[in-house]
Amino acid sequence: MDERGWTEVEERIEAALRSRSPALRRQLRLLIQVLDWMPLLRYGRRFSALGAEARTALLQRLQRSPALLLRRGFWGLRTLVLLGYYGRPEARRAIGYRADPRGWEARRGMTADEGTGDEA
Amino acid sequence: MIERSYDVVIVGSGAGGGTAAVGLIPLVEQGHRVLVLEQGPRLADEEFTGEELEMAEALYADAGGFLTADGTMTLAFGQVYGGSTVVYTGTSLIAGRHVIEAWDIPGLTHADVTERSRRYMEQNNVHLLEPELINENNSLFQKGCESAGYEAHQFPINVKGCLGSSLCNLGCPNGAKQGTDRVQLPAAELCGVEVVTRAEVLRLEERAAVVRVSEKPPGEKGAPSEWEPGEYRVSARMVVLAGGAVGSPALLLRSGFGERLPRLGERFTCHPALILVAEHPRPITNDVGHPKSFFVDRAEEEGYVLETCMYFPFVTAKSLVGFGEEHGRFMAAFPRLQMILVLACDRATPGNRVTIDGAGRPVVHYRFTDEVVQALALGTRASARIFFAAGALRVHAPLASPTTLEASEADRIDERVGPEHFTPGTVSVSAAHLMGGCAMGRSARDSVTDGWGRVHGIPWLRVADSSLFPDSLHINPYLTIMALADRTAEAIRLDAGELLSTRAEATA
Repeated sequence: MDERGWTEVEERIEAALRSRSPALRRQLRLLIQVLDWMPLLRYGRRFSALGAEARTALLQRLQRSPALLLRRGFWGLRTLVLLGYYGRPEARRAIGYRADPRGWEARRGMTADEGTGDEA
Repeated sequence: MIERSYDVVIVGSGAGGGTAAVGLIPLVEQGHRVLVLEQGPRLADEEFTGEELEMAEALYADAGGFLTADGTMTLAFGQVYGGSTVVYTGTSLIAGRHVIEAWDIPGLTHADVTERSRRYMEQNNVHLLEPELINENNSLFQKGCESAGYEAHQFPINVKGCLGSSLCNLGCPNGAKQGTDRVQLPAAELCGVEVVTRAEVLRLEERAAVVRVSEKPPGEKGAPSEWEPGEYRVSARMVVLAGGAVGSPALLLRSGFGERLPRLGERFTCHPALILVAEHPRPITNDVGHPKSFFVDRAEEEGYVLETCMYFPFVTAKSLVGFGEEHGRFMAAFPRLQMILVLACDRATPGNRVTIDGAGRPVVHYRFTDEVVQALALGTRASARIFFAAGALRVHAPLASPTTLEASEADRIDERVGPEHFTPGTVSVSAAHLMGGCAMGRSARDSVTDGWGRVHGIPWLRVADSSLFPDSLHINPYLTIMALADRTAEAIRLDAGELLSTRAEATA
């Protein structure tokens, strides 16, 4: 994803957070801070300074943490990232999502490559 | 505060409020004034675009992601002219005899619920979708059920002129779904019932509602409110609550009715659900055509119901456990995905209830019982069998570890999927069938209303929504909500002579 894509992801997340409660936004801010400092003991570096592999390992541990608070915090962050990412028309096109308000009529108008080739 | 006066005020415009509104047309014809207050906006036809994020934001409370108190489940409910009937798929089933009989509510019979449900089925054009309009996401489910030994039934649905957009849960872009926004509310308005949108009921007072009418935020969908923004005190001879299983009990609690009604907020159930996804070797028609044509009812035997479903990229991504390569692989296979919704038929359980926070906002407490987790596991196993029997290559099973089941593991499903893999807070559980909170029953000792939606000990206060359910319904609830709201409206018409007779005196 290019820089424009990342900016769009961030904008969508910010837009979604605007209508959420101030308490939820505070909790998220705190969680991100905790997440950033968490690897200091184990890796001697903050999350933002870790490589992709160490980041993935840490997030996987967080996802399966024995503490519900951390699990749900991770779930919330992950949900926001997915919202930002898959909220973009480009991402939807890239995975082949084709829903159209015109339904069957629009699908029948597609070329064989665009359609599934198996329409009813 | 601006003062207004009505004979009957209905709070909410969904399946319950819309039905109550048409049910009270005879009172309007007799000269009484009936008002419906809806917290959400009224959208124009062209505003239904089918765009996932913008429609979720416009139509649902918290964009469909209202979190339970411990953050382990999201609740989806509409907040718009027409309520949740704008965002359901229109599946129309009559409540089972065993469920209504088990509720054991004096005066409420299965025959009565059936007769009223049939009336609304006719009004809402309920029928079976023509076979040529059924997509492969659905026909593969039917085929898989046949091969795997499950009995699939076709859902009757309430559409008129369905183009097969597949976007029901984002509000039909073609106005085909016959929700209260299309049928009951326009009919009621035509006969003189007033509907005011963007009107949030802050609290109830004795025979009055304190209402905040909001301005239309810039850039948002929907028309401005019918009333000038501001705070109103709307006096009413009768108030009918139809704000849903979260909204109605929360409104009564923040209005101080908790002491008089000790069971308020209890008996909350919601059919907690998992969205399961399977990948086929070839593209299938999934994001075109009505999304929900078939179901398997194993409620009595194993505590779950399976339904076909099709969700949108973000909701699908959220439903898959984990992140990274495996997650991305399922998402990248979108045109080849088949989906099944597993709904657990939960039971009213002490502690699962609606309360309010310090600011009076609803808080839903919900703990997954062992029975619910077991039902989700059994439903996942059944779904995996159906997916593989239909030809799927792999299945994403949130209650397995690792979560991907390959076709080569099809004979090890029972071993691979189990309740021990359910981790609250990691697995995405959502619910859209919200029930209970103002349950029907015999007296204030065991419930909030009687079998006709009359709140115990408060003759002017009635309930007409899914909060009346004393336990879960095991099926999609809207038709039963309409049947119960129809009863509430009938009781109001019967009691109107006594309760509305002094209107002239009140408004003089």
